[in-house]
Amino acid sequence: MPGKLKVKIVAGRHLPVMDRASDLTDAFVEVKFGNTTFKTDVYLKSLNPQWNSEWFKFEVDDEDLQDEPLQITVLDHDTYSANDAIGKVYIDIDPLLYSEAATVISGWFPIYDTIHGIRGEINVVVKVDLFNDLNRFRQSSCGVKFFCTTSIPKCYRAVIIHGFVEELVVNEDPEYQWIDRIRTPRASNEARQRLISLMSGELQRKIGLKVLEMRGNAVVGYLQCFDLEGESGLVVRAIGTACTLDKLSSPAAFLPACNSPSKEMKESPLAHPPSHGCRSTHNSPIHTATGSRLTQNFSVSVPTLIYTGMGSGSAGKEGGPFKALLRQQTQSALEQREFPFFTLTAFPPGFLVHVGGVVSARSVKLLDRIHNPDEPETRDAWWAEIRQEIKSHAKALGCHAVVGYSESTSICEEVCILSASGTAAVLNPRFLQDGTVEGCLEQRIEENLPAGCGFCHIPYDELNMPFPAHLTYCYNCRKQKVPDVLFTTIDLPTDATVVGKGCLIQARLCRLKKKAQAEANATAISNLLPFMEYEVHTQLMNKLKLKGMNALFGLRIQITVGENMLMGLASATAVYLAALPMPGGIQIAGKTPSDGSYEQHISHMQKKISDTIAKNKELYEINPPEISEEIIGSPIPEPKQRSRLLRSQSESSDEVTELDLSHGKKDAFVLEIDDTDAMEDVHSLLTDVPPPSGFYSCNTEIMPGINNWTSEIQMFTSVRVIRLSSLNLTNQALNKNFNDLCENLLKSLYFKLRSMIPCCLCHVNFTVSLPEDELIQVTVTAVAITFDKNQALQTTKTHIEKSLQRASTDNEELLQFPLELCSDSLPSHPFPPAKAVTVEKASPMGEGNFRNRSAPPCANSTVGVVKMTPLSFIPGAKITKYLGIINMFFIRETTSLREEGGVSGFLHAFIAEVFAMVRAHVAALGGNAVVSYIMKQCVFMENPNKNQAQCLINVSGDAVIFVRESELEVISTQQPTANCQQSCAGGEVTT
Amino acid sequence: MTSELDIFVGNTTLIDEEVYRLWLDGYSVSDAVALRVRAGILEQTGATAAVLQSDTMDHYRTFHMLERLLHAPPKLLHQLVFQIPPSRQALLIERYYAFDEAFVREVLGKKLSKGTKKDLDDISAKTGITLKSCRRQFDNFKRVFKVVEEMRGSLADNIQQHFLFSDRLARDYAAIVFFANNRFETAKKKLQYLSFGDFAFCAELMIQNWTLGAVGEAPSKPDSQVDDMDMDLDKEFLQDLKELKVLVADKDLLDLHKSLVCTALRGKLGVFSEMEANFKNLSRGLVNVAAKLTHNKDVRDLFVDLVEKFVEPCRSDHWPLGDVRLFLNQYSVTVHSLDGFRHQALWDRYMDTLRGCLLRLYHD
Repeated sequence: MPGKLKVKIVAGRHLPVMDRASDLTDAFVEVKFGNTTFKTDVYLKSLNPQWNSEWFKFEVDDEDLQDEPLQITVLDHDTYSANDAIGKVYIDIDPLLYSEAATVISGWFPIYDTIHGIRGEINVVVKVDLFNDLNRFRQSSCGVKFFCTTSIPKCYRAVIIHGFVEELVVNEDPEYQWIDRIRTPRASNEARQRLISLMSGELQRKIGLKVLEMRGNAVVGYLQCFDLEGESGLVVRAIGTACTLDKLSSPAAFLPACNSPSKEMKESPLAHPPSHGCRSTHNSPIHTATGSRLTQNFSVSVPTLIYTGMGSGSAGKEGGPFKALLRQQTQSALEQREFPFFTLTAFPPGFLVHVGGVVSARSVKLLDRIHNPDEPETRDAWWAEIRQEIKSHAKALGCHAVVGYSESTSICEEVCILSASGTAAVLNPRFLQDGTVEGCLEQRIEENLPAGCGFCHIPYDELNMPFPAHLTYCYNCRKQKVPDVLFTTIDLPTDATVVGKGCLIQARLCRLKKKAQAEANATAISNLLPFMEYEVHTQLMNKLKLKGMNALFGLRIQITVGENMLMGLASATAVYLAALPMPGGIQIAGKTPSDGSYEQHISHMQKKISDTIAKNKELYEINPPEISEEIIGSPIPEPKQRSRLLRSQSESSDEVTELDLSHGKKDAFVLEIDDTDAMEDVHSLLTDVPPPSGFYSCNTEIMPGINNWTSEIQMFTSVRVIRLSSLNLTNQALNKNFNDLCENLLKSLYFKLRSMIPCCLCHVNFTVSLPEDELIQVTVTAVAITFDKNQALQTTKTHIEKSLQRASTDNEELLQFPLELCSDSLPSHPFPPAKAVTVEKASPMGEGNFRNRSAPPCANSTVGVVKMTPLSFIPGAKITKYLGIINMFFIRETTSLREEGGVSGFLHAFIAEVFAMVRAHVAALGGNAVVSYIMKQCVFMENPNKNQAQCLINVSGDAVIFVRESELEVISTQQPTANCQQSCAGGEVTT
Repeated sequence: MTSELDIFVGNTTLIDEEVYRLWLDGYSVSDAVALRVRAGILEQTGATAAVLQSDTMDHYRTFHMLERLLHAPPKLLHQLVFQIPPSRQALLIERYYAFDEAFVREVLGKKLSKGTKKDLDDISAKTGITLKSCRRQFDNFKRVFKVVEEMRGSLADNIQQHFLFSDRLARDYAAIVFFANNRFETAKKKLQYLSFGDFAFCAELMIQNWTLGAVGEAPSKPDSQVDDMDMDLDKEFLQDLKELKVLVADKDLLDLHKSLVCTALRGKLGVFSEMEANFKNLSRGLVNVAAKLTHNKDVRDLFVDLVEKFVEPCRSDHWPLGDVRLFLNQYSVTVHSLDGFRHQALWDRYMDTLRGCLLRLYHD
């Protein structure tokens, strides 16, 4: 019995009127955990009840602590009939289970009802006493930290990055046909919310066990998704990157002496080697994909592809032997793993050695009922198959690892498309295992990799390229070969040298498909997929050239399946990498050079395109230094122009059909206008309007070329649904509609946020779904950040230096500010107790406030501000503490759609409520921000005829405490004046 | 292609002041879009009409959701659904409760009842303010009235505490509530030249000096049922005002008063002869107004009487404002020198306020 959960119900406020006669409510609260329920007294006739209950104590296994949510139900007491439920609060107590996160959950939580939305608030205090349990054969994994952030969290240091962890659990969906149901909507919604909450808890616990098994103590880049498979069930799956993290808790951590990471393990108790005892078999880290199980399912593996961006490592003479050595070591480190995948998109300096290019795989499956929820092997096998494919693609690119890895699904009726993508890469082995190979090698790596271009150098053997590419010597170091364009799914490495600014690029595509059943449908879809991939790629390439840029970061391609169409949406951030060659222009070639007017038209188009390129170069400030060809050396002999068609690659070892997406010559990128379709394409190229002046946008964490962010941020979600008129359903009309939808949405965003100019939309995340036959839904979440125009001229270089410095001084500053002045002068003074105290004090700033607010509301108190951002950081602020993961799932339903303002009113209110509940949970944990926030799902269904609608939303992120840099500076500038001598002395010692 | 659904939700709720104003003014979405277009927003931003339409709809939806909270402003501060910076919250509240001069002049002093609400159509037609906006303003007056009606303590403070208004707005609402409660007539033709500000100024003086709350009488009757101390005029005081009648009824007293005032003002007043000629009329007017205040009907006509009995006679003789001030000061001060007059305190309580009001009311 390793844990005691304690809950206190303090008060309620703004409760709804439940008794029409008295205009008041007789409220009481049920507190439920597992199978135990406690009740408070009934607080008669009040909309602001003060229960002030005793501490309700639950004695539970830590396994339950991880799986179960705390369920708080507020009810209205009724003497004569059944008590009416007012609403519920689910509290995930996971953040209380690791020592470094929150210690108490205390605050006002919105009381939520799936039919009525938020109905008042309740003040709750939750604590957990964990008994130290030495039994390591347990099923729980308390203490493993989870982060949604896809980089090493700000106040931690990665000691070892262990690698990929994945798990999935399946169950029957309590409600797969919401319109025809027997039980009340409320009951079925609540059953569903509760089940998903339980499944997430279980999933997280299982992943945690795997992490412990790998001797890690944290999961970074944790991504959990739900597949609502309808009748076939409900799948909750998660992937992440297991790491051993070390909290940057003392300045000493930065001293060179402490650089050997393996010693750091003693800090965290969880890094102790777990005793290997009787481990149940289902915990084996990865279910092996046998394929034999697939016989019962229909399955189509889609010919997959490797994107452009590849190269050879052996070209550089000096680097040759060293690289081989490096590869050998990386290989040995990685080959022990079945899937050398990393969900991270940003890495510690030196981790990423080379980037090969984007690898992706898709597979079309037919869903059937999950017969035994305890053995989710079919789904496991499906994913294993796809991952295997990704792995072989990476291998073909001469890479041993895949970074920026993610998985997704699109489901329509019984057809499901599974997709996985990532960036093939060569990694530095030093982070991957306990450092036996460090020391001199490590130094050599750093010497040999020129800053800012190393990752662009091709990892692949030039003589054995998987498909043709145009290699040149790196424009930066001129020693190694680089490709002409580079596509990746990761964020731009911080040390990359970029010319000018970047921009958001989207490829959008619709394809009609016949309605069909089962296998025929799946076949039709898988036949369409390669063409879609190809077209998406062509669009991306064209748009990239049109912008005059040569690399894509954060590439995310989403293929959505609907009843009668497929949609493809690719988003990426285009940049000009200084290391890569300048992109050639786009040339238009008419197929039949017959009559003069046609020629004239072509030349007119050509001029328009050239003008656009020139304009874009100016707009994004792309003026790379001129380099004469002689210095670089002549480009490698050009391969023959390939037909842009499916190319069977039987010579390839892994025998997968691959699409050759590389395009012809480098200088002249030729667009053939041979039919009206192609004409359309060219037109659509030119219809993309650049953002209004003062606006930039990207889908990566930050915008390359902008580095002077102010602290003003605005996170938002925007949703649009359009109804297509069924008359004009041709591919072209569809494409145009979809294109307009996305463009108009962006325009609306620019307009709405115009007061923030100069500003950049960061982490713009588009999601497309096809809820019904003629409906297209696009959901966008992003954050707008204002930047200071005057400082915009700062070079990237100084920024990097600054940020590096900042990173290293990060923690010192943080810890210093609350300390007494003397600690400044005595950096080596052992102050552990004092530090512990100050960190605590610095943390729950909110907590005090919320306590105060538990008193009857006074007129002047306001609700503490909680920032939300999809980024991993908050500009102008330092994250001082991670409080735990936020992972929430809500269902909202209405049977009075018109009365709630129609579909827009309904969804607007619901999303606002979701934000409110996220903020309330963060505030209750003592935090003041959510970083790496993501809305993973927003499933909206309507039935206007019945005046009904339902929506499911799943969000996640990391709750944190941040402190404004300006506040830190105030303190740090006060210090020297107050005690100049000491701080001077202190400065000398630390440097 | 039609947009079925189109929403934007920010973590911080976006408030567009311009659109808020249009919404408050009661324009429909399409009218608001047209007005924004006319204001040249499309040229400034390069946006399209569709973008503007979507933006306006979105803001209107947000305001509609916020309206429920604005009805009880402290709720806006404590709610968790919309994250709005305090300065913006204050702006939302202040603008929501702001009123049009033209509108308030129409309903000032009227009973805030269903009957008056029915007349809003006419008021809307007369003032050019949309009916929607008239309704909002009327409902605001009524809501504030209902909340503070039964409360003890300072009217303006109560309003400020329950509606989180700025000082200025709270005082304006105090005046509106005070006028509505005492039903002062303000609509007569001869009062049309007066602004809301004039009345609000007088209301403030009257609340300060003529109500129960003003005298700080609470200690003397700690358990009395005098709840709305700032809302109602002090009945006892009004009764006592009858005693002032002696100033005009007693001929000797009146003559003495006149001669003292004239002696003091001789040579200082441009309109001295007119004053001298009119003194008795004016004094009778002012004292009779006081003596009549026992009847509710006459209380309601207070402003009509003041204008008829004092403002108009002076104005017809073209008294400059400075002379009016000199006269009123001297007129009230001199009473202290009248040995036969015993109600000095009562006189001061009456005349100090009245003097302030008259000076404010005395303009074209």
